[in-house]
Amino acid sequence: MSYIDEGARKGILGWLLTTDHKRIGILYLVSMVALFFVAVTLGVLMRIEQLTLNPPMFSPKTYNAFFTVHGVIMIFMFVIPGLSTVFGNFLLPIMIGARDVSFPRLNLLSWYLFIAGTLIVIASLFTGKGAPDTGWTFYAPYSLQSGTNVALGVFGVFVMGFSSILTGLNFITTIHRLRAPGMTWYRMPLFAWSLYGTAWIQVLATPIVGITLLLVIAERIFGIGVFDPTKGGDPLLYQHLFWMYSHPAVYIMILPAMGAITEIIPTFAHKTIFGYRYIAYSSLAIAFLGSLVWGHHMFTSGMSEISNLVFSLLTFLVAVPSAIKVFNWTATLYKGSIEVKPPMLYALTFIFLFSIGGLTGLMQGALAVNSQVHDTYFIVGHFHYVMFGGTVMGFFAALLYWFPKMSGKTYNEKIADWALAPIFVGFNMLYFSMLVLGYMGMPRRYYTHLPQYHTGHIIASIGAFILASGVVLFFGNFVVALFKGKKAEQNPWGGVTLEWRVPTPPPLENFSEIPTITERPYIFNPEASQ
Amino acid sequence: MNSPVPAQPPIHAESHKDYEGGKLGMWLFLFTEILLFGGLFILYSAYRARYPLEFHEGGQHLNVIIGITNTVVLLTSSLTVALSIGAIRRGNRRMAIQCLSGTITLGAIFLVNKYIEWSGEIRHGLYPNSPILRKRPPGDQIFFGLYYSMTGLHGLHVLAGISLLSVMLALVIRKKITRDDFNKLENAGLYWHLVDVIWIFLLPLLYLAA
Ligand code: HEM
Repeated sequence: MSYIDEGARKGILGWLLTTDHKRIGILYLVSMVALFFVAVTLGVLMRIEQLTLNPPMFSPKTYNAFFTVHGVIMIFMFVIPGLSTVFGNFLLPIMIGARDVSFPRLNLLSWYLFIAGTLIVIASLFTGKGAPDTGWTFYAPYSLQSGTNVALGVFGVFVMGFSSILTGLNFITTIHRLRAPGMTWYRMPLFAWSLYGTAWIQVLATPIVGITLLLVIAERIFGIGVFDPTKGGDPLLYQHLFWMYSHPAVYIMILPAMGAITEIIPTFAHKTIFGYRYIAYSSLAIAFLGSLVWGHHMFTSGMSEISNLVFSLLTFLVAVPSAIKVFNWTATLYKGSIEVKPPMLYALTFIFLFSIGGLTGLMQGALAVNSQVHDTYFIVGHFHYVMFGGTVMGFFAALLYWFPKMSGKTYNEKIADWALAPIFVGFNMLYFSMLVLGYMGMPRRYYTHLPQYHTGHIIASIGAFILASGVVLFFGNFVVALFKGKKAEQNPWGGVTLEWRVPTPPPLENFSEIPTITERPYIFNPEASQ
Repeated sequence: MNSPVPAQPPIHAESHKDYEGGKLGMWLFLFTEILLFGGLFILYSAYRARYPLEFHEGGQHLNVIIGITNTVVLLTSSLTVALSIGAIRRGNRRMAIQCLSGTITLGAIFLVNKYIEWSGEIRHGLYPNSPILRKRPPGDQIFFGLYYSMTGLHGLHVLAGISLLSVMLALVIRKKITRDDFNKLENAGLYWHLVDVIWIFLLPLLYLAA
């Protein structure tokens, strides 16, 4: 009996009150995909707005609400929790040979907090004086003055922060306490390492944004003045505190995606991972250095010259561990017998798109360039390359890789391959145009544009439609598979980590007997790599 | 799949308890609490460097006597929590119950003092956005903004601690926490110590800043 058929309780309650890490992973998956679609729709609506010059399709206020809600959902409800709560929950205990996480009930509570936060944010759209319009960054002083329902929206994000902290705490404890006998640190799969690095950032960085958001609420309700210039407060300090969390948060987004890619590449190259320890350490190095670079979001906001220089230098440094990973992946491919199945195809796309995102990030790390492109579409293009081309593409690859294991069904590989065509073409039409438009001077968060940017906007909007249809095809494939898919084998891809040694889908207790680990991961049959 | 008898007791049976893990989780949680206040401490140091005179003056408006009384109250309450854990370890349930009740009472006294203190200041018109404060220089407004945020957030933590310890008290009374299984109480005690330690920092930063 698999975890799908057998639970502590029957029926829907068996899912809503489950403490099984696999079922909780599925709960997250379903809620997040739904939210993702809402946010994609908002993205497409924004692109529709930019199709016409005059008159605008939606009012400027509506556009402001669109990008705020789009950003908040994508960031706080999809890419920050995304991979660690869905795949981390489902796979971490299995990968390290445990029956569940350390605190199963806390794990369920995390999901409920996530849902509560989501509902509060949704409530903020329809109550009070209208949906928040500050952008996902809630910058003071505007977030203190805006007449819209900022306090409630911010509170929802605060609640989700709790969920994130508890998940991180749970994973750290799980990894420390529940590894199977013989599963030493260096025998852990690299996905687990990346979750470990991520969990530490979640635990250490999230409280800072928590207090910052609480202060925004206190400002709006009581007017305490700490960010309000008319009372001697300094909005710049808001930015500091916000980015002290939110920059590390971008590594919360990307690390688990990198971890998933690190699992996929050796499996389809049939070759052990190149530089295991370097990849593991680079996760920790990214977690550490990533906590020191928040100032690069603020180069133009009036920090001292010295701070600018230091933050710029650190920003260049943080590229090193990321590049180490990219080199290790390519070195793993070298002389491997590469089999381009859908997960691999998406993983390779990840490397390509993420590299563009990373390199444009470096451009902005240089002070001179930054002062030109700050707050333009160049930034918007850049972060979609890293977050969509990176994290979301990693999410897609992970879903393709682990879906058969999680659901027990196989999907249509041809359609999965074909869905990448519109995704890839549409993606680059949309976001490369944004890079170009930004370079030409198109500012971000404007509901309309000057005539000279019109061609670029048209191309971008067409790209958005193509991209969105690709995304629909991609997920549609899984929905069909759930109902009509053939039964999946235990190990369809020839993976060697523990999750491939348990039945598909995994049984309730994961292992009938806890395995004893005797060797490092990623040892493939030597014949297979001929 | 028909599985043979599991080698490890199944976790869902709730028979399996990992005390070390529980403690590790609790310490991680305490880190996050410290960092939560850390954000306020960062703001405090930035603004204190900017408005040293006003912070000095602002501190003079606070009631040092109540501040110090509350410090003694909280320190004593930390002691009683520690004693209650020691008592349960020795199997002395009665004393554990007495000590825990003592802690909860002391926590409540702290909050009452806080109430008296705040209402005094509010009567003098020293509260965020008050007409009196709005006429004063910016540094003063920031000082009181921070004063209320920091002591307010701390007060919420005292309240959370009291609730947590009340649950523990109920568990001790119902013999759910015993000499062989007192991990929960120990973790709750850790939380209470944290609340205490944070106050130890708030006292000099706010009251003794003058
Ligand atoms: C089909 C998919 C998507 C489309 C069409 C789209 C489109 C857009 C557009 C048009 C903007 C506003 C540009 C501006 O006027 O400043 C925007 C902003 C943004 N997008 Fe997307 N996007 C998509 C997917 C994503 C994904 C997957 C993520 C993250 C994982 C994401 C995160 C963001 C964020 C954080 C902002 C900034 C919001 C703000 O300014 O506060 N988007 N997107």
